[in-house]
Amino acid sequence: MNAPVVSSRMNVPGAGNASSGNALELRGITKMFGALAAISDVTLSVKPGERRAVLGSNGAGKTTLFNCITGDFLPTAGLVRFFGEDVTVFPPHERIRRGLRRTYQISSLFTGLSVMDNIYLACCGVSRNRFSLVRPRPDDALLQAAEILVEAVHLTADKDRLVGELAYGQQRQLEVALALSGAPRFVLFDEPAAGLSPTERADLVTILTSLPAHIGFIIIEHDMDVALRVADSVTMMHNGRIFKEGRSDEIESDPEVQELYLGGGHAHH
Amino acid sequence: MSVADQAPRFASPVDHRMWSERIPAPWWILGLILLLLPIVANNFWLFQIMGWTFILGMIGLSLMFLAGYGGMVSLLQMSIAGLAGYMVAILGPSGAANVSLGLSWWIVLPAAFLIAALFATICGALAVRTDGIYTIMITLAIAAAFFYFTRQNYSIFNGYSGFNLVLPPKLFGVNWRDPLPFYYLTLACAALCYGAVVYLARSPFGLALQGVRDNPRRMAALGFNVTAHRVAAYALASVFASTGGILLVWQNAQIAPGTIGISSAIDVLVVAVVGGMRRPLGPFIGAFIYVLLQVFSTDILGFFGFSADRFKLIIGIGFLAIVLFSPDGVLGLWDRWRARMAARKAATTGGGA
Repeated sequence: MNAPVVSSRMNVPGAGNASSGNALELRGITKMFGALAAISDVTLSVKPGERRAVLGSNGAGKTTLFNCITGDFLPTAGLVRFFGEDVTVFPPHERIRRGLRRTYQISSLFTGLSVMDNIYLACCGVSRNRFSLVRPRPDDALLQAAEILVEAVHLTADKDRLVGELAYGQQRQLEVALALSGAPRFVLFDEPAAGLSPTERADLVTILTSLPAHIGFIIIEHDMDVALRVADSVTMMHNGRIFKEGRSDEIESDPEVQELYLGGGHAHH
Repeated sequence: MSVADQAPRFASPVDHRMWSERIPAPWWILGLILLLLPIVANNFWLFQIMGWTFILGMIGLSLMFLAGYGGMVSLLQMSIAGLAGYMVAILGPSGAANVSLGLSWWIVLPAAFLIAALFATICGALAVRTDGIYTIMITLAIAAAFFYFTRQNYSIFNGYSGFNLVLPPKLFGVNWRDPLPFYYLTLACAALCYGAVVYLARSPFGLALQGVRDNPRRMAALGFNVTAHRVAAYALASVFASTGGILLVWQNAQIAPGTIGISSAIDVLVVAVVGGMRRPLGPFIGAFIYVLLQVFSTDILGFFGFSADRFKLIIGIGFLAIVLFSPDGVLGLWDRWRARMAARKAATTGGGA
């Protein structure tokens, strides 16, 4: 196999070591938009089943980081490895088929479809049925998988409603459901709690904490409370760089973090 | 004109009713009228008007499938239909015996469909990398190139004169070019193509195609290969266009570059837009209006002392009016009229209670 163009540009330390045992491994990820570096030299690894929160102020590069991981953007430099496989230049759908999933900060749903059909579509995407010209029968395995997911995100009562008619919080729940279709191994949640009421937040925390233990995730979250309740470890980002990493409880009590995060995010350096 | 405005509504992939219950009453009536039409209609109506309507409708349907469900406005569909028609003339028997191979129909027909599908796939692969106006430009460019190629190439396409005496095979002892058999042949093909599009729209492929139209980035994030899906849609749509193209050659008993010219390519777009791209029925309604205008405008224009060539002017004005007043075509007008009637009815019954 040819070496990927992007990753070969850099001499990455440890790039030859394929069996690192990490679910996700980023090495020296940099993304330039013109002269502006949205993220620079981000190196990060997450173990299978690990739950990581990424915190940081607006413009810290969190969503750009997600886009580089999913392949929505190709990084300007660096290496992305998913369960040991170099996926740096893979198109998004190839990464999804390998078990990566994501949600969007602004709900990205099919508003003209019912809740069930949105989830059914998501189930088709990661199955071999995606090109099927045959309509599913009522006992179709993918439909049944969709039923289970509808229940998992507490939308059973509204499963036949059009997504456009759903309340905002329910749309956020559906956004999570779409990311759990098929057999996810690792999920990127982009501010799933944004705009939710306290009750809905609690509901979301339940959904996230009751995910099967083998599914790891990274969650971008502004709400420290949600982030620290669902995550084992925390990565702080600032101005496109990783600023601090640690266990949730360490980060919570870190004075520097507290100043940066609670002091409005305008740090002095 | 935005394609998204004309997008058909999603429908659930699973319908628990029996097939006979799913078809509303007006469809049964329409089907009955079409089946019994030969009792009252003369041969001119059956062969020229209805036969041509169904053929043009099928080619328009292939565009509706791409544009309505896939968001891809392709001006290629007439070229694809024409290529399938040309293949029937080239591989099968025709008046141009020095070029035509004279093979049997059971080789010719599958080969025509396959070659047209291959052509559609290759052109689709070029076109899907673009969006909106650029898709239109690329497909128009390919259509123009194909038109000039057929006009200049004599070894395969027999150049300017094309092929004459291209007749359907006399299967089951029937002369399929006689008005009555031809009417039923085109009706059956049109009904099959229509049914296929309705069915496919709710299959995983069809649902995903509509998903790709509305939100390609999200579809990629669900594991769909958006490009492959779009290219496959071109290949699938070619089946409907080819069916129309082959029937068109049989109806005219000839094919020449004029059949697949730029104006024909644009006519297909006109047919689909006038009828409405939201639903598979639209292109057939558009085709019916187009054919009526084409056939009868000569008389009407002549009556007022205009040249028959002015028929394009009528079509053009009609197209403008439709695009301005009802971007989703005649079917859109119908929908709005029904909604208004329903609202009025609700208002009167509500007021009386």
